[in-house]
Amino acid sequence: MSEARKTIYRYDYRRSRDQKGAAVARRPVVVVGAGPVGLTAAIDLAQRGVPVVLLDDADRIGEGSRGICWSKRTLEILDRLGVGERLVRRGVTWKVGKVFSGDELLFSFDLLPEAGHKMPAFINLQQYYLEKALVDRALEFELIDLRWKNRVVSVDQLNDGARLTVETPDGPYRLDANWLIAADGARSTIRGLLGLEFSGVTFEDKFLIADVHMAADFPTERRFWFAPSFHSGQSALMHRQPDDVWRIDLQLGPDADARAEQEPDRVRARLDKVLKPHVYELEWVSIYTFNCRRLDRFVHGRVIFVGDAAHQVSPFGARGANSGIQDSENLAWKLAAVLNGEGGAALIESYDLERIQAADENIGHSTRSTDFMSPHSGAERRLRDAVLALAPKAEFARRMINSGRLSLPKVYDTPLSTPDEDVFAGTAKLGAPLPDAPLIRRDGTETHLVESLSGGFELIYVGDAGREARLCAPHGIKLTVVGEDLQDREGLFASRFDATPGTAYLVRPDQHLCARWRGFNAAAIARAHMRALQR
Amino acid sequence: MPKLVTASRFSDPDAAYLALVQARRNLTETQAAEFDSRLVLILANHIGDLGVLQEAIALAKSAGQEN
Ligand SMILES: Cc1cc2nc3c(=O)[nH]c(=O)nc-3n(C[C@H](O)[C@H](O)[C@H](O)COP(=O)(O)OP(=O)(O)OC[C@H]3O[C@@H](n4cnc5c(N)ncnc54)[C@H](O)[C@@H]3O)c2cc1C
Repeated sequence: MSEARKTIYRYDYRRSRDQKGAAVARRPVVVVGAGPVGLTAAIDLAQRGVPVVLLDDADRIGEGSRGICWSKRTLEILDRLGVGERLVRRGVTWKVGKVFSGDELLFSFDLLPEAGHKMPAFINLQQYYLEKALVDRALEFELIDLRWKNRVVSVDQLNDGARLTVETPDGPYRLDANWLIAADGARSTIRGLLGLEFSGVTFEDKFLIADVHMAADFPTERRFWFAPSFHSGQSALMHRQPDDVWRIDLQLGPDADARAEQEPDRVRARLDKVLKPHVYELEWVSIYTFNCRRLDRFVHGRVIFVGDAAHQVSPFGARGANSGIQDSENLAWKLAAVLNGEGGAALIESYDLERIQAADENIGHSTRSTDFMSPHSGAERRLRDAVLALAPKAEFARRMINSGRLSLPKVYDTPLSTPDEDVFAGTAKLGAPLPDAPLIRRDGTETHLVESLSGGFELIYVGDAGREARLCAPHGIKLTVVGEDLQDREGLFASRFDATPGTAYLVRPDQHLCARWRGFNAAAIARAHMRALQR
Repeated sequence: MPKLVTASRFSDPDAAYLALVQARRNLTETQAAEFDSRLVLILANHIGDLGVLQEAIALAKSAGQEN
């Protein structure tokens, strides 16, 4: 590309303490891959007091352009890790999506029609800015030893860990890890070295992905077209990013010549039709085909796969990095609990179970969207086109249109949850992240429920006329009383949690609800706590 | 428990069949296939029951030569 973008952050290789002696160093946790997912895992573990070695084969961020949409749940996680507000300030907040057929608007949707959440439904932000923010944050931790230009070239599984060979500009060294987190991306070296198969589907259609720099007053919305006049017969997607950068995805069909299609003249000819009369500069162009697939298991002894190394989806629905970041948050507290002796060994198995449920849901959604966008045969296309033809006239057909169902966190069906014995209405669900709600602190300042959580196990108790003064949560659980420590600012906590005086909610360190009762019973709370720790 | 009704429900089945025939009279093969797709979607939504739809799909498959 002649008109390549210039934003690249470089980092220096440094010889590490583990390259010095003859003995092989042993570290409790080694994370391979400093992409968004590996960085999240390292920061979350360090924040929980676990020392981490983080290896990456590159020494820079921002060569390519990939993810742009970051979901509310991801932002809540990144907020707990200390970068959420920075990202929201830097990003473009949006929540309205529009779908067109030809040049006609079929419908628009609002992704977060509900008030009272700290984080927006989505922001758009170049993935390299997100990675930069995470690297900055990682560098604040003494517990994170981030090593650039460290490429893993071999891995041997040990009974109680894994032995790595790492190549560096100073030559190779060996390193043992009690636990190895493979966050080394879609072409995972570790997956290959362990000989693990990836099963799923590859879509034949090629897509042109272009980032252009242009001053335009297009709305801050996700706009998706089926067969617009500016790109005949195929689909198109347009998204706004910060810095006057726009992302345009154009479906090219299975027969497109990937090399010829990246020629700037050819790209410009296509983009002119979309963007004229606007003047624009090409920042980045690439041709992609997409996969929806996953490993059969994410946990292989002491080697644990997260992010694109474990699963891949097409980008329609923004589930790739968003779900990988959710893998990391799911794993981090569990691994920390196992390492400090609080969690049972089966806790790691629950990572496999819960995140495979999430991967299957994401793969299901992404596969269905991609099927809708690029039907497999003439007969399937005819049905798809029938939906589009009916859409202006019938609501049911509009609801069948699938240009990407946007990423929502999976509600886990999990042995970590204690089944409800009492009846609850509201939007809070066992196995799901807590719905957010606006609250007021003791000092009168405003806050939100999710940001007020401690990051460990927490019991949220709904005040009951002074009884709470005598309550004491079991060891290892922080007690927060709504009505004392926090006030329900607008009654939204009460309605979202179906809260009545005396109700208690047990929250996991990853902000998921794992038990709730209409009353405070210390023995039941202790049992639910042990269950969530698989002890 | 099957829920798909296969017993005749139209008081005048000939009239119902005629309506379907007339809808495709003078259409080309492609136009008829496109029309049928729209009609299937409308009727499927009207039924609004995935179980019934799946039974109907199974019956249609078993009666045809495509499989
Ligand atoms: C066009 C496009 C648009 C997308 N849009 C979105 C979106 O809007 N939202 C979204 O959530 N996702 C999106 N995605 C997906 C997203 O980019 C990926 O899911 C995400 O980058 C995966 O993160 P990761 O950390 O698992 O892997 P990566 O980001 O691939 O990071 C892996 C890291 O491991 C390093 N590494 C690899 N091998 C080794 C080795 N042997 N030794 C040491 N280090 C190694 C690499 O250098 C790299 O830094 C999109 C993807 C594409 C292609």
